[in-house]
Amino acid sequence: MFSFTARIIARDLSLALRRPADLAAPLCFFLIVASLFAFGVGPEPELLRRLAPGILWVGALLSTLLSLPRMFADDFADGTLEQIALAPYPLGLAALGKAISHWLISGLPLALLSPVLALQFDLPPDALVILFFSILIGTPALSGIGSIGAGLTLGLRGAAVLISLVVLPLYIPALILGAGAVDAVVHGMSPRPHLFLLAAFSTGSIVFTPWAAAAALKISLE
Amino acid sequence: MQMINWYKFAAPSAFYPLAGRMIPWFWCLAALFGSAGLWLGLVIAPIDFQQGEGYRIIFVHVGASWMAMFIYLVMAFWAAIGLAFNTRLSGMMTRALAPTGACFAFLSLWTGAFWGKPMWGAWWVWDARLTSTLILFFLYIAFIALSNAIDDARRADKAGAVLVLASVVNIPIIYFSVNWWNSLHQGASVSLTKSSSMATIMLWGMLLCALAMWMYSIAIALIRVRGIILERERNAEWVRALLAKETSVKEDNAPC
Repeated sequence: MFSFTARIIARDLSLALRRPADLAAPLCFFLIVASLFAFGVGPEPELLRRLAPGILWVGALLSTLLSLPRMFADDFADGTLEQIALAPYPLGLAALGKAISHWLISGLPLALLSPVLALQFDLPPDALVILFFSILIGTPALSGIGSIGAGLTLGLRGAAVLISLVVLPLYIPALILGAGAVDAVVHGMSPRPHLFLLAAFSTGSIVFTPWAAAAALKISLE
Repeated sequence: MQMINWYKFAAPSAFYPLAGRMIPWFWCLAALFGSAGLWLGLVIAPIDFQQGEGYRIIFVHVGASWMAMFIYLVMAFWAAIGLAFNTRLSGMMTRALAPTGACFAFLSLWTGAFWGKPMWGAWWVWDARLTSTLILFFLYIAFIALSNAIDDARRADKAGAVLVLASVVNIPIIYFSVNWWNSLHQGASVSLTKSSSMATIMLWGMLLCALAMWMYSIAIALIRVRGIILERERNAEWVRALLAKETSVKEDNAPC
């Protein structure tokens, strides 16, 4: 059963690695958005340090959003998705594979890049570590919830805008908890409550969202 | 003994006349409860010793907030029925309810801001309950945007249903937010298990106003669902017959 999921992950990864430019685009976007805020609010270190957790997390959300429309679109366009739906495995497992590969392509690099960006904002070292972990733990939820939005808007005109309308309200808990964890460290408190809740949110999302995404895909494929 | 055949009214053609007959009743109930509630709230109820006249906003605010949450639950109910039994009417009901729910969510935020300015000194605070109600408003907008973006009505219904069911978790979060987080928003004043922390007369005014909004929501949703039924079934035999009848009646009444 899970070999099916693993196959889908391997296939998506090899497809993504053959187009490195597509991989890099959301990361560059993350970089630019984070810098834009510094340009916008001015270079005062105190203010930037205060804003950094929120800015970096919002940047990560937006970059994730940017790569969501592609999650199923190419497979839908060339008919692969229909073949996957016809396979003798639950479609939820395929959706799980898609979400995991999306996380490996978008969430993991974002987490790796975030401490570097946080240096620009003069975050203290222990906050850098927590920022990395909060984005690492939080992005699976973003990919999972995003897979529902991507499935629902598959093949629609204006899909990219619709995805943000559908998905962003559902991203808010991850944003609050993730940015809250970093904020707690900056203020000298323990980030553990935030991180544990974020981990719970992510785990729950990974368990439940593939089935909702599969239902959405079935509707879109009808 | 089966008194009512529910399956019969799952057909839009059977539900259309039934809704038409029910609408005036719900309008009457809404007017009745509304006038009684407003009379109790605005005329009879005494001035609050802490909040002065300003507290009277609750007669709109509480009912609107309840309805905003409740309508989302009802939408989730119809969405689940629609996905489970593949009935057409469920999707139409979900879509008919959404604009009313969005309006109530907006009304709740707006009246809350009017109340917050004199009481808290701020139009808006980033508080758990306010924020989660704002998310609810966004969710209504997302549902309306998604179902309007899909041309195929059946697909729009089902996609909307999946979205509503996936996001209905927000409702308990709003409802319990004042208990879970330290919030500027006051805790629940009304509870089923213990006696209310409000004066009886205010409580009755508030409940009557909430009932009026409930009845109004049903009436307006039924009107909207009748519109949706006519639009979707415009090529069906019964709609043509209905239209032919309506136009002939109008021609009979027209002055010569």
